[in-house]
Amino acid sequence: MNQSTKTNSTKKESTENDNSQANARTISSILTAPELAEIDHEISHAPTRSAVAIDALKIVQKHHGWVSDESLSGLADYLDMSTAELDGIATFYSLIYRKPVGEKVISLCNSVTCWIKGYAQLEKHISRQLGVGLGETTTDNRYTFLPAPCLGACDRAPVMMVGEETHLDLTPEKINQILEIKGGQQG
Amino acid sequence: MISKLPLTQNINAARDPVNLEAYEANHGYQAARKAVLEMSPDDCLQVVKDSGLRGRGGAGFPTGMKWSFVPMNTDSQGNNVSDGHKYLICNADEMEPGTFKDRLLMECDPHQLIEGMILSAWTIQADVAYIFIRHEYHFASKLLQDAIDACYAKGYLGKDIFGSDFNLELYVHSSAGRYICGEETALISSLEGKRANPRAKPPFPQISGLWGRPTIVNNVETLCNITHIIRNGAQWYKTLGIGQDHGTKLFGVSGRVKNPGCWELPMGTPIRELIEQHAGGMQDGYKLRGFLPGGASTDFLVEEHLDLAMDYDVIGKAGSRLGTGTMIILDDKTCPVGMTKNLVEFFAQESCGFCTPCRDGLPWSAQVLDDIESGNGIPADLNTLQNQVRFIGAIGNTIVL
Repeated sequence: MNQSTKTNSTKKESTENDNSQANARTISSILTAPELAEIDHEISHAPTRSAVAIDALKIVQKHHGWVSDESLSGLADYLDMSTAELDGIATFYSLIYRKPVGEKVISLCNSVTCWIKGYAQLEKHISRQLGVGLGETTTDNRYTFLPAPCLGACDRAPVMMVGEETHLDLTPEKINQILEIKGGQQG
Repeated sequence: MISKLPLTQNINAARDPVNLEAYEANHGYQAARKAVLEMSPDDCLQVVKDSGLRGRGGAGFPTGMKWSFVPMNTDSQGNNVSDGHKYLICNADEMEPGTFKDRLLMECDPHQLIEGMILSAWTIQADVAYIFIRHEYHFASKLLQDAIDACYAKGYLGKDIFGSDFNLELYVHSSAGRYICGEETALISSLEGKRANPRAKPPFPQISGLWGRPTIVNNVETLCNITHIIRNGAQWYKTLGIGQDHGTKLFGVSGRVKNPGCWELPMGTPIRELIEQHAGGMQDGYKLRGFLPGGASTDFLVEEHLDLAMDYDVIGKAGSRLGTGTMIILDDKTCPVGMTKNLVEFFAQESCGFCTPCRDGLPWSAQVLDDIESGNGIPADLNTLQNQVRFIGAIGNTIVL
């Protein structure tokens, strides 16, 4: 809390002194060169800077795992947008994480076909095995457990994604293998 | 011999992706080359209109008619006099619960989609195209990007494609989630980097779409059909359906059936054939209680509807919609109230939050269904449900029925 207050007041002073220099400083300390290069590439084929807002949020998230308040305001400056406007976009989209997540996100499909084929049982199983509920991260920071809308593989339900991998025809045993849970261990 | 099942003709049982070389070995890009070099946009539009193709994203709107509203800006000699960009967008945001057909087309035969997009862009004279794909389809995104790169290298995309003076840039845009992005005006807002709020029409995207420019948004399967319609002609296409509608369709069945899956079959295939033959009938110990014919937002049908043809108008007259053609089975051991609650919770969660009946009515309905399911319902709940959903449209009907 103290830190963020400090950042804000520093930023306010510099804004009064020299807006563009202050922005350049803020951005270069928050967004890294590789991130900026990827964001610039998106801007190169977009009609306005703010048009790449969603792509840029995804780029920041790819590099940091999530989008912090500091990244968000740095990015907003870079895209000539207000922080509030960019946060409105970031919080609208379910796959932009505004809170830290674990190394991998478990996205367990809770839509209709997976629900019919045993979603509730699998949700309980994962919760019990990892010691976390939906929306929570394991204490070892390996996994964040989230529900997901239909993942488009209903013929192989129940389905989940772990990171970028999709896993089909789930059973409790199969989940243990995928998540490398050894015989009933508590997380 | 032209395949009777054109959309999946290159796809094997193991679902191995088809590369450019294999795609070209089976007449790939011949239609695109021919159209760009020898056919006028008007010629192509006429073939698509004559084919009777209807949009495969769920609404079933005639594709040729949709395209005909794009201003063509031709002079008195019929030459194209461009006054700025026109856009073609492929809607690959497959998020309707129970739907898993576009994934198959993109993960197995990406060039079929790209060729369909070149043909469609030529017809409406779009110079920039996007594939708006849901974030979770990582494999399809990568495969499409590799296929696009291969096309640029061969001069099938970019400047002066196939040696003509037609230019087309094609980009893959991976989304950041939210079901509402599948609605075309919301999709356009999202592509502009904004919150995916839909907007009222008119103006229609054909006149004022992406960045205020003429834009066409078509579903993956619709665009894949274009490849074969231009390749083989409208008359051939019309011989493929066995009911009122033309062509073939990817149909799917999921739920407690023996062999859930997705198959290309003639339009008008009877529901019974889909469930009993292709999906192998119900699993042992389960009976059919009802089904959603084409995704989560289509109304329940029951046993008496099994002999209906999977055609847009036939299913529409029965009180539901063909939707995406991928049906979800309700069995006798699954609680219909619980299933409806699951559907309503999905729509409540995915509401963009702009209009009150959806933003507030759906969570309220989910709560009432929860009360009914847990045995705490009262007779007045039924009135509450009807009141809450009367302005929401299709999903409202699903709840009340």
